[in-house]
Amino acid sequence: MSNFQYLSASALDEAAAKVKGAQDGALLAGGMTLLPSIKLGLSDPSDIVDLAGIGDLSGIDVEGGSVTIGAMTRHAEVAGSSEVATAIPALAALTGGIGDLQVRNRGTIGGSVANNDPAADYPAACLALGATINTDQRSISADDFFTGLFETALGEGEIVTSVSFPTPDKAAYQKFTNPASRYALIGVFVASGSDGVRVAVTGCGQGGVYRESGLEEALGGDFSAGSLDGKTVSSDNLMSDIHAAADYRAHLIVEMAKRAVAACG
Amino acid sequence: MPDGNNTGIGASVLRKEDRRFITGKGNYTDDINRPGQTYAYFLRSNVAHATLNGVDTSAAESAEGVIAVFTGTDLAAAEVGGLPCGWGLTFQNGDPMIEPPHPVLAQGKVRHVGDPVAVVIAESKKQAKAAAALIKLDLKELPAVVDMAKAVEGGDLVHDEAANNICYDWAIGEKDPVEEAFNNADHVTSIDIVNNRLIPNAIEPRVAIAEYDSASEDYTLYTTTQNPHMIRLLMGAFVLQIPEHKLRVVAPDVGGGFGSKIFHYAEEAAVTWAAARVGRPVKWTAERSESFISDAHGRDHLTHAELALDKDGKFLALRAKTYANMGGYLSTFAPAVPTYLHATLLAGVYSTPLIYCNIIAVFTNTVPVDAYRGAGRPEAAYLIERLVDRAAREMGIDQVDIRRKNFIQPDQFPYQTPVALEYDSGDYSATLDTALKNADITDLDKRKAESEANGKKRGLGMATHIEACGVAPSAVAGALGARAGLYESAVVRVHPTGSVSILTGTHSHGQGHETTFAQLISEQLGVDFEAVDVVHGDTAKIQFGMGTYGSRSLPVGGEAILRAANKIIDKGKKIAAHIMEASESDIEFKDGAFTVSGTDKSMAFGEIALAAYVPHNFPHDTLEPGLEESAFYDPLNFTFPAGCHICEVEVDPATGTVDVVNFTAVEDVGRVINPLIVEGQVQGGVTQGIGQALLEGCVYDDNGQLISGSYMDYTMPRADDLPSFNVATEVTLCAHNTLGVKGVGEVGAIGSAPAVINAIVDALSGLGVTDVPMPATPQAVWRAIQAAK
Repeated sequence: MSNFQYLSASALDEAAAKVKGAQDGALLAGGMTLLPSIKLGLSDPSDIVDLAGIGDLSGIDVEGGSVTIGAMTRHAEVAGSSEVATAIPALAALTGGIGDLQVRNRGTIGGSVANNDPAADYPAACLALGATINTDQRSISADDFFTGLFETALGEGEIVTSVSFPTPDKAAYQKFTNPASRYALIGVFVASGSDGVRVAVTGCGQGGVYRESGLEEALGGDFSAGSLDGKTVSSDNLMSDIHAAADYRAHLIVEMAKRAVAACG
Repeated sequence: MPDGNNTGIGASVLRKEDRRFITGKGNYTDDINRPGQTYAYFLRSNVAHATLNGVDTSAAESAEGVIAVFTGTDLAAAEVGGLPCGWGLTFQNGDPMIEPPHPVLAQGKVRHVGDPVAVVIAESKKQAKAAAALIKLDLKELPAVVDMAKAVEGGDLVHDEAANNICYDWAIGEKDPVEEAFNNADHVTSIDIVNNRLIPNAIEPRVAIAEYDSASEDYTLYTTTQNPHMIRLLMGAFVLQIPEHKLRVVAPDVGGGFGSKIFHYAEEAAVTWAAARVGRPVKWTAERSESFISDAHGRDHLTHAELALDKDGKFLALRAKTYANMGGYLSTFAPAVPTYLHATLLAGVYSTPLIYCNIIAVFTNTVPVDAYRGAGRPEAAYLIERLVDRAAREMGIDQVDIRRKNFIQPDQFPYQTPVALEYDSGDYSATLDTALKNADITDLDKRKAESEANGKKRGLGMATHIEACGVAPSAVAGALGARAGLYESAVVRVHPTGSVSILTGTHSHGQGHETTFAQLISEQLGVDFEAVDVVHGDTAKIQFGMGTYGSRSLPVGGEAILRAANKIIDKGKKIAAHIMEASESDIEFKDGAFTVSGTDKSMAFGEIALAAYVPHNFPHDTLEPGLEESAFYDPLNFTFPAGCHICEVEVDPATGTVDVVNFTAVEDVGRVINPLIVEGQVQGGVTQGIGQALLEGCVYDDNGQLISGSYMDYTMPRADDLPSFNVATEVTLCAHNTLGVKGVGEVGAIGSAPAVINAIVDALSGLGVTDVPMPATPQAVWRAIQAAK
């Protein structure tokens, strides 16, 4: 681990200026990915700009058919929110299953979506619910936001401020965990709402989170687990590792999709 | 037997060491810091196999804070020896095994990812690590030898002197009669087994701190070891040529080992040598990722085995051929594990009359493999119990019946197996009966139906297992190639006011010796449990001892303590006879008091202790002052704990997920000194067996890179992977030690893996599945189901 400069900020524009001004700056939200990466020597920023001092980045707002979560809101807060549990129970359940207790007490939604780890849970919720990711500069639809492994549409120094989730009619998330890391080996988020049926898959795609259009079509006609019987998905662009080869992941996607639909009730 | 409220034998006394452990007051090696200490960082090979043409340390030497950088060349120039192997095996023709040099720092070649190449000594850990990154290695990479089956076909060699990468090709048993029995058998069952490689993962990483006193010329090494005297002997005599009286090895509290802290490791020798060279203490603490690539791994067998049966399911003969992975170098006990700790156990608990086993030990470009909880015996139990399970299925015989009809019967002890061991005691039906009762198998069909209704498959698997432990009778071990005796020592030191220190040559790395041994003395001498302390882990304090492994601490070390305690009683009788003016033969010792038989004249143990150290009128010629006795105990035989494990699983066939819903263990470990500790040891062992069966997969790629090199990919068992265990004991006493004890450290790990896998096979048998590999991860189970379709 190398030395770095720690910088605090009390306003968005200050944070943006500091991170842009650094030789190799990094924004610190919950730090649940950044700090271990630095410790392992996988990341070596010259400056870290801590967002924790920016008060208005945290909080949950449920109104007008959507749930808006401030970027610095911790997973535990979302998981414990009765408002979220009422509006989008699948989202509350998803956050309650992220990492472990320590991670949930530190990790934030902004950090999770900005990092876009291919095995993270939040991106699946964003994509399936058709969320909007708001930044200090603009609003980006989830369909446009997640662009590849650890890649997003965020520009340099652009800071996520909140994520807005439209309230679906029905939604559920099913995660099949990696036995070692307990990350999502595969996770399927199914949502049915005004935008139709959307099925987002995390943990599998070589390009990170993506929508499984074949399953969306099948469910669009009949939103029932039975409509997925006999359905298969291609393993062509899926990841393979020692825990799950692409064909097994492909199998699990359908299986977890069925369970998610069944869980929608 | 004492009642439930005492602290003697049979009492569930809370572990006295736990107070300091759970309040963070344990004193582990990394807690030790020496004045003026420096820090070592080892640069390790990041390739599996390469010629090492040069090491350029110039940039590292001039880096900030660096005191010295040493390489294999420096150690060779200083005539530092290689790491010795403690056990010599032979080829079938009697030729000695191939025993290549094992340099402390690589010389000429690197042979596995993690092989240490250079050590940097600096003012801080960070500076040492940063400087190591500046060392330039001139490596010419060679094809990695990873797969054992390919390794023995020749081609690339890990060691030039080991043709076809074979360390030894050894056999036990009579081949021809076995073959004849197979030819005449009614049924032959065969199985191919991969006994998966495991990474030990002690919670405390290895640490070594060395210092050298230039005035006295004394060396001190603080290290995380299960056997400080053995490290002193191996490192002093074979590596650094330091005589014992000038080398002190201290192992304070040790946080888990499971075997991985038996062995003498390169880092211990390197820091000890370097401490004298730099004239300051040198400390090294392994990083967790270093532990993965430098702690000796376990298991890793590739086996084909066959069982011949008559038409009634009676075993006629067993034969097996196993390739056993040694890794890149021979670790301290490695050659003995697949042979004398594995092949000799292939009778199991059965009266199989004929057994033949061929073991081929193979060098590969992987981390050295050595003893890991059970060491060879879990591999034997896995082989036998999978084979028996499969034979029963093939022949349509009940799992319980096939075992029962082949058990060695209680009236057959001592029982000579066809593979060298003579079992002294046991009652395998008793442990089986209790296990069947405790596992509630009468309602199994109902539970299976409930699972089926939920889309799940439920199955039950069992193992009736045995191990040879209490390692070991020196004469037997010596005849089998051990280069050390395997007795144990004890000193019982009674202090003037009657409190007692036990100095034991065993060492605890979590087993609770401070409690168990205090119970022994409390029982035997009638002294208060709290007045007894156990001293271990320091060669400057303790007489020579052999340490803790092979479930030996109680059956060998405890017996030594008991014998020393009995000498204390004998001495006490002499003193009592003198003071109370009676004949020594008239003195009785009972309940902590020396009494003149038939009189009311009596002296308490404490009074005798005080008299021993205040000998105002002792007869000079016949009675020495003092009350301290020692014993070295060399057992007559191994001990043979045995038991029955029954595992019940529920499998989700759609995903391959296996849930262990019930696990019943009934063990016969002989007399139980502390039931609480015994249950804890069994739970830990079973957990590691479940870990091997379901979770722990060590994976190397074709280039010899360790893919499962962190907890992101190596699955350790966690509490939510495990059921609430159902543990019980049945007792037959060991026939050849006074205590009747057999040892409990390993037994939980022996039968658990086959019980789990047999349960999965049972659950999926309706789908046509006959085998699942270890670890039976969801993917592996799902694939087994797909393959059976």
